[in-house]
Amino acid sequence: MAMNKEETLSLYRKLILARRAEEKIRQEYFRDEIKTPVHLGIGGEAIPVGVCHCLPEGTKTFGTYRNHALYLALTDDAAGFFAELYGKVTGPGKGKAGSMHLSAPERGLMATSAVVGTTIPLAVGAALANAYQESAGIVTVFFGDGAVEEGVFWESLNFACLHRLRILFVCEDNGLAIHTPAVERRGFRSLEDVVRGFKCHVAAGDGSDLPGVVTATRQMLRLMSAEPQPGLLNFTYLRFLEHVGPGEDFEAGYRRRPTPDELERLDPVLRFQKELRQSGCSEQELEAVKISVDDQINRSVSLAQQAPFPAPSELYTDVLA
Amino acid sequence: MKSVITFKEALNLALIKEMEEDSSVLVFGLDVPDHKGIYGSTLGLVEKFGTKRCFGTPLSEDAMTGVALGAAISGLRPVHVHIRADFMLLAMNQIANMVSTLRYMSGGKLCVPLVIRAVIGRGWGQSAQHSKSLHSIFAHLPGLKVVLPTTPQDAYGLLRSAIRDDNPVIFLEHRWLYDIVGEVDDEQAVPLGAPAVRRRGSALTVVCTSWMNVEALKAAEVLAKNGVDVEVVDVRTVSPLEETVIVESVMKTRHCIVADYDWVFCGFGAELAALISHRCFGALNRPVERLGYSYVPCPTTRPLENLFYPSAVSIIRMAEKMLALKETDLSGESFYTYEQRFKGPF
Repeated sequence: MAMNKEETLSLYRKLILARRAEEKIRQEYFRDEIKTPVHLGIGGEAIPVGVCHCLPEGTKTFGTYRNHALYLALTDDAAGFFAELYGKVTGPGKGKAGSMHLSAPERGLMATSAVVGTTIPLAVGAALANAYQESAGIVTVFFGDGAVEEGVFWESLNFACLHRLRILFVCEDNGLAIHTPAVERRGFRSLEDVVRGFKCHVAAGDGSDLPGVVTATRQMLRLMSAEPQPGLLNFTYLRFLEHVGPGEDFEAGYRRRPTPDELERLDPVLRFQKELRQSGCSEQELEAVKISVDDQINRSVSLAQQAPFPAPSELYTDVLA
Repeated sequence: MKSVITFKEALNLALIKEMEEDSSVLVFGLDVPDHKGIYGSTLGLVEKFGTKRCFGTPLSEDAMTGVALGAAISGLRPVHVHIRADFMLLAMNQIANMVSTLRYMSGGKLCVPLVIRAVIGRGWGQSAQHSKSLHSIFAHLPGLKVVLPTTPQDAYGLLRSAIRDDNPVIFLEHRWLYDIVGEVDDEQAVPLGAPAVRRRGSALTVVCTSWMNVEALKAAEVLAKNGVDVEVVDVRTVSPLEETVIVESVMKTRHCIVADYDWVFCGFGAELAALISHRCFGALNRPVERLGYSYVPCPTTRPLENLFYPSAVSIIRMAEKMLALKETDLSGESFYTYEQRFKGPF
């Protein structure tokens, strides 16, 4: 990955913003002021951060309910993010969206959704609109490995490949659908192998490796330019926390706690920090990023706590145009 | 320009006009560009506008509804067509979880100018999976508009309004209406919303959806011979429902039958009956009565099918009961039978 120090630190900042924002949620959640289910993505931040880093200006993006890192990577809007989580009218969805439906169409994040797989065809529709309008723009959609078992994934993939749309499918593969491992859900060996039967570029990568995600994404975008057809990237990662909520659940019995060595390899933050140090970043530089991010987060939480809830009249607005 | 055309030609004309006037309008669905063209309503579009703006789709109702939604929030105005409303149930996840909610969840940032057209109702022997209307289910979901045109003018005007609307519109067309002929003024807009009075009368109001207007007008013709003057109100837009025309009619006639082209139990007819009972409570001489499908899956065989669907006869008998009239001898009357209008397979 050829990146200068400035770019590397900017990427690091996005990674740390996602991580620290969710750590803040973990700290604050017990107060019951954030009254929305939170699906924390700790362990998986490098995938949205890395992919979005490579997307050209004007890309339309769609995601899932595990969308915090994606929202923050695309918007840098911690204030809006926390306002929405606190249910305040200053949030991007005026408090009507909550954690699971964060969006920022003005920044390209068109929609995220709490029903698995539901934004996949929307992304294909946005890609169809690009083709229709003869726009060179691309569309990216993030989904989990569970979504691959939904019929709509295959229906959408089929249509996108049939029309050779410029769309990048990104599977955030943590090997779990809530608590059920892939081996108990899948009658096929490899998603990549199945999708290779479609007119689609396919690649897989380690989603805990931020520079690796960036390299794989850039390579995929090049392939999609050279031979116009959809692309699919499958990135594996470890979901550090429970499916929903702020806690760990390694003791719940359905999976084992990773060893310290494994954790070091599977934590995208630890791993990227190590690389940054090796490439000449000082502790002070890394610490400065963290301090600046924490300051942004603390100010955002404080603003969110002070912001008003939507007025009762807001109940009936935004249903129809 | 005024012309006398069929309902299906009116739909076709509306699509052509909108596609001519707005390059963001596109029409797609399974079999939309084929030689039959959804009973003629989409014929000629692909020849005129090309495969970019009119195309057939894979058999993927769920994804194609999501594709239509994704295109709608990206600046296009898609018209997604289903040859049967029953097939929309395969897309219910998109319709109920995404199409109807996306604007609200975006805090009003997203606009969803999407039309979903579907054919409803009776053909012959259509049985339980090719006969539903489902407007009650769609209207139950906030965030959708639901429209059921009855006349060629309304098919034309309401479809144009639906395509121009910035909201998702479910547009439900009864199969038997396709061959109805009427005058269409292509310059006359028909806004979504207000119901239409199809026949003026003073003794009884029959509030109808879709094909029930045809049955109610026949019933009114028969009852008029006995001096009973029936008013027929066509709801046209089920959601959002405009109450005024309906309420004013019942305040005048003081009697009301709701004739809905759907199941009675938990149906749109119940909504109308509750609305009218509430708004016209003091004026009503009799409780509001409801007609609709029998509460069974639609049977195939003709004798049972005839019992399943409400008809002019059921309206006449209900009206006689309500107004304490003797039963009319109907042996000399000729009622609608579809064999006079078209032959199978649909």
